[in-house]
Amino acid sequence: MPVMQYIEAVRETLRSEMRRDPNVFIMGEDVGKRGGVFRATQGLIDEFGEERVIDTPLTESAIVGVGIGAALYGMRPVCEIQFADFIWPAMNQIISEAARFRYRSYGTWFVPMVIRAPYGGGVHGGLYHSQSVEAHFAHSPGLKIVAPSTPGDVAGLLRAAIRDDDPVLFFEHKGLYRAVKGEVPEGDYVIPIGKADVKRDGRDITVFSYGKALHFCLEAAQMVAAEGIDAMVVDLRSLRPLDEETILNAAARTGKVLIVHEDNAFMGIGAEVAALIAEKVLFELDAPILRLCGPEVPAMPYSPPLEKWYMLSPEKVAAKMRELAAF
Amino acid sequence: MATQTRNRHQELGLSDEQMLEIYRYMLLTRRIDERLWLLQRSGKIPFVISAQGQEGAQVGAAYALVRGKDWLAPYYRDLGKVLVMGMTPREVFLAAFAKQGDPSSNGRQMAHHWGHRRWNIISGSSPVATQVLHAVGVALAAKMKGHDIVVMTSLGEGSSNQGDFHEGLNFAGVHKLPCIIHVQNNEYAISVPLKKQLACENVADRAPGYGMPGVVVDGSDVLAVYAAFREAVDRARRGEGPTLIESKCVRLTPHSSDDDDRTYRPREEIERARQRDPITRTRAYLYEVGLLDEEREQALEVEIRREIDEAQEYAEAQPYEPVETAMRHVYKEA
Ligand SMILES: Cc1ncc(C[n+]2csc(CCOP(=O)(O)OP(=O)(O)O)c2C)c(N)n1
Ligand SMILES: [Mg+2]
Repeated sequence: MPVMQYIEAVRETLRSEMRRDPNVFIMGEDVGKRGGVFRATQGLIDEFGEERVIDTPLTESAIVGVGIGAALYGMRPVCEIQFADFIWPAMNQIISEAARFRYRSYGTWFVPMVIRAPYGGGVHGGLYHSQSVEAHFAHSPGLKIVAPSTPGDVAGLLRAAIRDDDPVLFFEHKGLYRAVKGEVPEGDYVIPIGKADVKRDGRDITVFSYGKALHFCLEAAQMVAAEGIDAMVVDLRSLRPLDEETILNAAARTGKVLIVHEDNAFMGIGAEVAALIAEKVLFELDAPILRLCGPEVPAMPYSPPLEKWYMLSPEKVAAKMRELAAF
Repeated sequence: MATQTRNRHQELGLSDEQMLEIYRYMLLTRRIDERLWLLQRSGKIPFVISAQGQEGAQVGAAYALVRGKDWLAPYYRDLGKVLVMGMTPREVFLAAFAKQGDPSSNGRQMAHHWGHRRWNIISGSSPVATQVLHAVGVALAAKMKGHDIVVMTSLGEGSSNQGDFHEGLNFAGVHKLPCIIHVQNNEYAISVPLKKQLACENVADRAPGYGMPGVVVDGSDVLAVYAAFREAVDRARRGEGPTLIESKCVRLTPHSSDDDDRTYRPREEIERARQRDPITRTRAYLYEVGLLDEEREQALEVEIRREIDEAQEYAEAQPYEPVETAMRHVYKEA
C-alpha cells in the first residue's frame, strides 16, 4: 500500500476520479496553473486541461452556484473554496439551493456536487484563515458533511463524496495537509459516508473527535496510557450523517464519554453527539458527558500565545481525559 | 398601415398560425392568472404572484427557445414562459392548490416556484437571483459536453442588484456561455420604484461590464421581444456567448396577493400602465392584420375558459400528497 501525505491523497483521489468519469471536473480559485494555494490540485491541469480544471473568477457564490447548475445538468463538479473562512458568500447557494433541490422538487432535481474546503487553525492564520465552519452546515438536512483525519480516510471518503448523488461538504484540515502521512489502499477504495472509525480501542473512557484534534486525542491516549487510563478514540469522520451505531456502542463500551473538537462548543457537533448519547444510552453512562472544544470567541486570534491559547493540544486533551477517568 | 404591420410577424419568419399561437399563450397566461386571483380572494388557494403585464415579455422570450431541448431557470412571475416550455394548465393548478402530482414540487413549495424535469425547467427557490448562477452552470456543463442548447433565466429589475446576478453575468461573460439573462423590468420591487434600485437608466447598461451585449426591448411588444431573443438564441448557439436582455414591462397587479399597492402606487399610474398592456396591444395587432375578428376571438376565449375550468376542476379534485411521504427525498433513496 502506498504511503502518502494527506494532501497527496486529496490530489491522487481527484486524479483517479477524473480519469474514471469524464463528468468530474474541478472549479475554484487558483486551482489551475497554481494548483491551488495549498497545491491540492497541483498538476491536474496538465493532465485534464483548463476545461476540467477551471480557474474561476473570485466569487464563492458563483463557484457553488455554477457548480449546482452543472450538477443539475449531470456533471459532478468538485468545487474548491480556497479557505473555509471564505465560504460564507456561498452560504445561500449551499443552504437554500444545494441542500434543498432534491426535497423541494420531490426527488426530480438533485445536486451531485462536492465542495472541498480547507479549514482549521494552528497555522498562524488568524481570524480569517483558521475557522472551523462545520457546525453551521451540519444543521441543514440535505447536506452531507465529511471531515477526514488520515490520508486513507481522505481517499476513501473523497471518492465516496464524488460518487454521491447529493451535495457533500468535504472539510480538509489544513494543518494535516503535510503533517500527516499514511497508507492509502490502491484502486477503487471507497469508505461509505456515515461510518465512524475506531482509531484506538480502549476500556476506560471513550473519546470522540475528528480532524486535527483526533490526532491530539491519539497522542493524549498514549500519554495517559502510561498512567493506566485506557482510552478508546473514535474518529467521527462523517459529521452528517453521524454514525449512530458506532457512537452508541463506543459510548456504552466504557460508560465515560469525552467529545473533542477544535470548533467552539456552543451548538456544535459535540452537542449533537452528546444529545444522541444522552437520548439513547444514558443508563450505560457512569459519568457526565464532557466536551473539550475551542473557546467562545468569534474566531482564532493571531499572535503565537493567543493562537496557542485557542488551539487544543495533546496536553489539554490528556488533562480532560484524566478528569473524566477519575470521575 | 395594415400591409406594413402584416409584415411584422412574417418578417420574423413567423407563420400566421405561430402568431396566433403566441397570442393564445399570452391570453392563456392572463386568464389563468386572473382565475388564480379569484381563487385566492375566495379563500381557495393561499397565494398568487402575477404575470399580468409581462405576458408579452415572457411568451415572446420563451417562444424563441426550442421546447424540450433548451433550458429555463425561471422566476416566480414566469407563468407565460413555463406554459410555452411545456407545462400544462392542469399542472399550474395542481401547484396552485398544492396538490399531489404538481410537477414543480408535489405540493412542497409555495405556488409559482416553477420546476419541471420533463421540460428542462429548473426548480426555483424564493431567495431572488440564485437561479442566475444555476442557469450559468447548466450552460457551462452544456458547453463542456458540446451540446448546442441555450439556457434562459429570468429575474426582476430589483433582483438585478443581488450579487448572484453580477457573479453570474461575469462568469457567463468570461466563459462565453450559451445563456440569456432576461430581466423583466416592471418598475417596482414590491413597493420600491426603479429610481431607488438603479443609478443607471437601464439594467441592460450593466452588460458591457460583463463583456456581453445588453439589449433593451419593449416588453409589451411581443414581436419585438421575440426578435431580440431569437437573435440572442442564435448568438448563443453560434458559440458567441451570453446576452442580457431587459424588457420594459408593467406590473398590472399588486406585488402579490399579500400586497396592497394603494399604499405606495398612485392609481393614475396604474391607469397609464394599462395603456401598455401587452394583451391589448397584441390583440390590436391581430385585428389589424386580420388574424382575429370578434367571432374568432370569442371562440378563443371560450376554448381557453373551458381549458381553465377543466384544469381547475381536475386539480381541485386531486388529493394532497400524504404526510407519510414528508420525509422522502431529503437524500437519494436507496
Ligand atoms: C434574497 C431575497 N430578498 C428579499 C426577498 C423578498 N422579495 C420577494 S420579491 C421581492 C421584490 C422583487 O422585485 P423585482 O426583482 O423587481 O421582481 P418583481 O417581483 O418586480 O418581478 C422581494 C424584496 C426575496 N424573495 N429574496
Ligand atoms: Mg420589479
